[in-house]
Amino acid sequence: MNARRLWWSASSVLFALALIGLWQALADARIVSPAYFPSPARTFAVLSDQMQTGTLWSALGETCWRMLAGWFTASLLGVGLGAVIGLSPTARDFFEPTLEFMRPLPASAILPAAVLLLGLTSQMIIAVIAFGAIWPVLLNTIHGFRAVEPRLVEVARMLHLSRVERSVKIALPSALPDILAGVRVSLAISLILAVVAEMLSSQPGLGHNILVAARAFRSADLYAGVIVLGVLGYLTNAALERAETYWLRWRPAPSGE
Amino acid sequence: MIDWRRLGRGLVLPILFLALWELLRAAGVLPYETLSQPSLIARATLSALADGTLLYATWQTLEAATLGWAIAGAVAVLAGVLLGLFPPLARMTSLSVEALRPIPSVALIPLSLLVFGFGLRMEVAVVVFAVFWPVLIVTSSGVRGIEPNLLEVGRALKLSVARRIWKLVLPAALPSIAVGLRLGAGIAIVVAVTVEIATNPWGLGYGMINASQSLRADLMFAQLLWIGVVGWGLNVALLRIERRWLAWFWSAREAAR
Repeated sequence: MNARRLWWSASSVLFALALIGLWQALADARIVSPAYFPSPARTFAVLSDQMQTGTLWSALGETCWRMLAGWFTASLLGVGLGAVIGLSPTARDFFEPTLEFMRPLPASAILPAAVLLLGLTSQMIIAVIAFGAIWPVLLNTIHGFRAVEPRLVEVARMLHLSRVERSVKIALPSALPDILAGVRVSLAISLILAVVAEMLSSQPGLGHNILVAARAFRSADLYAGVIVLGVLGYLTNAALERAETYWLRWRPAPSGE
Repeated sequence: MIDWRRLGRGLVLPILFLALWELLRAAGVLPYETLSQPSLIARATLSALADGTLLYATWQTLEAATLGWAIAGAVAVLAGVLLGLFPPLARMTSLSVEALRPIPSVALIPLSLLVFGFGLRMEVAVVVFAVFWPVLIVTSSGVRGIEPNLLEVGRALKLSVARRIWKLVLPAALPSIAVGLRLGAGIAIVVAVTVEIATNPWGLGYGMINASQSLRADLMFAQLLWIGVVGWGLNVALLRIERRWLAWFWSAREAAR
């Protein structure tokens, strides 16, 4: 069984390596101009060069800082507002139709408005991320707080818990899986918005760098930037998945699926 | 039965918001150039609808989104069926899929721009990448969840692989494929508008950026509102279609019980 699993992971690594080999072969054959299609060797050389000179780290730092600042604001506001709206049926009646209308709006659609109001600044980007990334957290929190098991509410009533105690001790833990799932989606949206807003506003960062590389036909720089963004997307998602399993370890494994 | 009380409560917030906006603008508290006011936005919406610019931009955005969605949907459903039917294939490609999937679709905007230049094709390419992964994942997990007995029947009847897929696998996995395609349609619109806002002079997203840069706040908000209406309408329409086309599936399942 173990040997088989080893063989399968080896085969999946081999397949990925074969794809990279194919990429190299296609680039060497020069079917497509290297101005669009650099070889992996050249791309990774540029990448390691950027790491050594530090240009990669400064751009990564800028993008990550805005992404995390916006995401953190969105999560805090989303959970706070979501808890208030989710706990009160009256508040839900007032807020839900408006939120339903806002939900399908592309998060990037507020960029033009934000540019008008705040200019092409770093603060504008953080504001756009905070506003655009709040929806998954907010809606999931509302749902989580609403879907508290009725028996748990009864228990809380029996124990004469106050309203605040009831929301912190009963509702919050029971809404936690929904909240964490929402927070994870909103981090992915934050990364997307950070990249798009940098392209639009020419603020330094990974998104700005790849657009500049494309305009100058520096294809190896462009591919290197895309790889870095992929790694960043993977790592942020994996980190939150880890956090989710850690914080939800008290829960019995979900039955069914 | 319409719940008038809930409907009324749902309208309170938007009406209050618009009234406050209009009043504060009219009183000169809010800046005209950046915020406009609801009455002017309504007028801009009507005139943009009347002279056809809004509809033309909508057509451009929907054209790019639909093309990208259709291409990605067709390829992803096919690939998802194969990955779901043949677990060794899924295991072999898992590393490559997991490495490519987290790349934020917007990171491909500069690359697509480099290869295709401005216009329809570059936007379609980015939409294809964004829609492909979720449809692939949902389809392959749907196929993996098919009753094994059904596939046994196919083997016992000595059907060819193609006929087995067409007659047994696709119908059985249809509900999950439909969900994947509906999710994909939402993503397609969002990504199309995002590409337009970031770089591509095309469609509604560009219309908004253009209005914002020429300080036509009224026209910009008009288009923002319009995107909301279009997105909402599309979502409702797709849900309807899904329910109607899959009615036979659910009724057959009910009958089997």
